[in-house]
Amino acid sequence: MPFFLFAFMFLIYPSSTIAIRSFQDTKTKLFTLDNFVHLLQNPNLINAYWISIKISLFTSLGGGIFGFFLAYSAIRGGLPPFMRTSLMTFCGVASNFAGVPLAFAFIALLSPSGVLTGWLRAIGYNPYFHGFQLYTFWGLSIVYMYFQFPLMVLVIVPAIDGLRREWLEAAENLGASSFQYWRFVALPVLLPSILGTMILLFGNSFGAFATAQALTGGQINLVTIMVGDQLRGDVLGDAGLGYALALGMVVVMAVAICLYTVLQRQSERWLR
Amino acid sequence: MKRSGVIWSWFWMILGILYFFLPLVATFLFSLHAKRGVLSFLAYQQLFTDNDFIKGFSFSVLWGVLTIIVGILIFVPTAYWVRLRVPQFRTAVEFVTLLPFVIPAIVFVFGLVRTFSHPPILIVNSPVLLIAGYTVLSMPYMYRAVDTGLRSIDVRTLTEAAQSLGASWGTILFRVILPNIRVAILSGAFLSFAIVMGEYILAQYLAKPAFAPFLAYLIQQKAYEPAAATVVSFALTWACMGIIQFVGRGGPQVQIAGGH
Repeated sequence: MPFFLFAFMFLIYPSSTIAIRSFQDTKTKLFTLDNFVHLLQNPNLINAYWISIKISLFTSLGGGIFGFFLAYSAIRGGLPPFMRTSLMTFCGVASNFAGVPLAFAFIALLSPSGVLTGWLRAIGYNPYFHGFQLYTFWGLSIVYMYFQFPLMVLVIVPAIDGLRREWLEAAENLGASSFQYWRFVALPVLLPSILGTMILLFGNSFGAFATAQALTGGQINLVTIMVGDQLRGDVLGDAGLGYALALGMVVVMAVAICLYTVLQRQSERWLR
Repeated sequence: MKRSGVIWSWFWMILGILYFFLPLVATFLFSLHAKRGVLSFLAYQQLFTDNDFIKGFSFSVLWGVLTIIVGILIFVPTAYWVRLRVPQFRTAVEFVTLLPFVIPAIVFVFGLVRTFSHPPILIVNSPVLLIAGYTVLSMPYMYRAVDTGLRSIDVRTLTEAAQSLGASWGTILFRVILPNIRVAILSGAFLSFAIVMGEYILAQYLAKPAFAPFLAYLIQQKAYEPAAATVVSFALTWACMGIIQFVGRGGPQVQIAGGH
């Protein structure tokens, strides 16, 4: 079948090349774990993983919570129904609007000569006097949030739709406060979907490269940027280490996707 | 719903709308300031007459169209075959189509470049590798779109009817099945197109002309033209999503993608 031939040639074979070479000595081609030992001993690379994970955790939590509030407001918040359709459309566009153009949109907004910076300066508050930098952790987080929360909305809407109105009415009839309703009814039902989607967001930002590269010019120490540098030339001076670095990313992603699958099964019990 | 609840709902919505629109408004305002002191479309004029822009943009369109064609040629027969003849392969095929979610794009490109830049297969400079890479990146969306389309029609009956009228496999696939799932294919195609138009990594590292690498280069060179290019790119994303929504009215349609 041409599909398997295609997938093998252009997906599985190149990926396994990375996996195999990360266990090979660069010169002798013998099996070795040295590459991973070197990886763990290199504080710069460990730090790159750590920043990538930190930024992904932060934006998946922040984007997840914000996206959930947005989705819930649009569906159950008593807003006019057209808000829901427009929100879904916007989110479809925003979650696809990423990479280089997104980076530039935020440069136009928040760089020292950006439009919002200008407005803030006009009212006497210059964020750049208060330690803000677009090219650092916080700046990048704000930019990543732009594709994170729309994804949350898109994925979480079916779960919120599955929350039956009868449950709220039943809880109210039994005299539950709205806190009790959330604590004992809604959250236990929604939590697997919320956490699962946040894991999806985690992966979404962990693998992000183009946005960070275009925004910071490669100045920020992320794993994806490191792999990109390694791709341009052997900047680590150790080809095997580069492969191990790349494989480590796949491992992180695989763990995340496994967790996601488990949570997905959990949430399907309620959503039919 | 209590009154305070509605106020909170509006609060979150307005915050969302601001987050969504502020960067775009800023970019648009920025793009109008190319001429000092007055608002003008000068940046757009300069952009549209920039040969590199025309080159990058039209090559991206070309790559996008080729990717869609290759994707249809590979994924329609596969999804059809899996559904009709070999449902036991279903899990395996779905696993493979979802692999691009697990392997970050940059790692995937790293693998591609390193694998195909040495003999025995030295095709790193050929557009074949670029198209293959794009096809892989769009595979999760394209395959799922085709599969959803097939689920909504009665594949078996259509096939048997066509066979009893003496149709060959090619005729069945491309003159019976394909027209019946054209809506699903269209939405998959426009999503793939949006992905290819925004894709940076592959074209950058395979050193092929494309829109996103050009934009990244432009950002470092100039101030106003990249703003204009960003607005163009946003309009394009919006158009693709709009077409998907338009052709997919009534069907399941939440689509998520992106080359971040």
